[in-house]
Amino acid sequence: MSETNEMTLIASKGTLDWAYPPLILASTGIAMGKEVSVFCTFYGLNLLLKDLSHLRISPQGNPDMPMKMPFGPKWFQGINFGPKIPNIMWNIPGLELFATSMMKKTMKNNGIATIEELREICIEMGVKFIACEMTIGMFGFAREDFIEGIEFAGAATYLDVAHTSNQDLFI
Amino acid sequence: MSHQTLDMCGYNCPMPILKTKQALAKMNTKETIKVTCTDKGSKKDFVAFCNQLGHTLVSQKDEGNKFIFYIEKN
Repeated sequence: MSETNEMTLIASKGTLDWAYPPLILASTGIAMGKEVSVFCTFYGLNLLLKDLSHLRISPQGNPDMPMKMPFGPKWFQGINFGPKIPNIMWNIPGLELFATSMMKKTMKNNGIATIEELREICIEMGVKFIACEMTIGMFGFAREDFIEGIEFAGAATYLDVAHTSNQDLFI
Repeated sequence: MSHQTLDMCGYNCPMPILKTKQALAKMNTKETIKVTCTDKGSKKDFVAFCNQLGHTLVSQKDEGNKFIFYIEKN
């Protein structure tokens, strides 16, 4: 064990899949007795919006994403459609939503918490969320778009918090 | 021996750890909790969790596809 027990994270991505790593690490970190701060910037601001229902996965340009169906017989569920589907297919309107709903179903089948649940636990356990003021302005968000109890600040605040942290991750 | 129980079967990482932490917070020192789960990663995760927080992992065993942990609160 080290002298300080702080963890700081930068959450910079806002798709449904990439919303998981910062929230999983933040909640687990605080469960393991760390002080945890998450600086949400650029698309990572999505994690702090009141409404999370718009979060999607993006198979477009993401050829490594395994795609297995969460229903049907076992042999069918075993097929990885990911590499079989030409990337151009994902331009078809609605397919991204379909892929997102399949991903959500797969997560549910595997007992994986929803982003809403994980975020709620993070807040309940005392994770500090800092929303990047600059990107809020840039994307035209209003403070009312975000959940209660978060801090609004800039890079200097983050660096000040991260200064004493002994685990600092960029996601 | 009476102890608290927590059934996290079917829940995946990090929920077993998070719920265990929340349950431990409501317990007194030296009390024990029995956690049952199916998350394969939990076998190593609970060792790390107890190690970080100073709780005692009294015992751990496998029963079929279930993993059972007895944790004594520090």
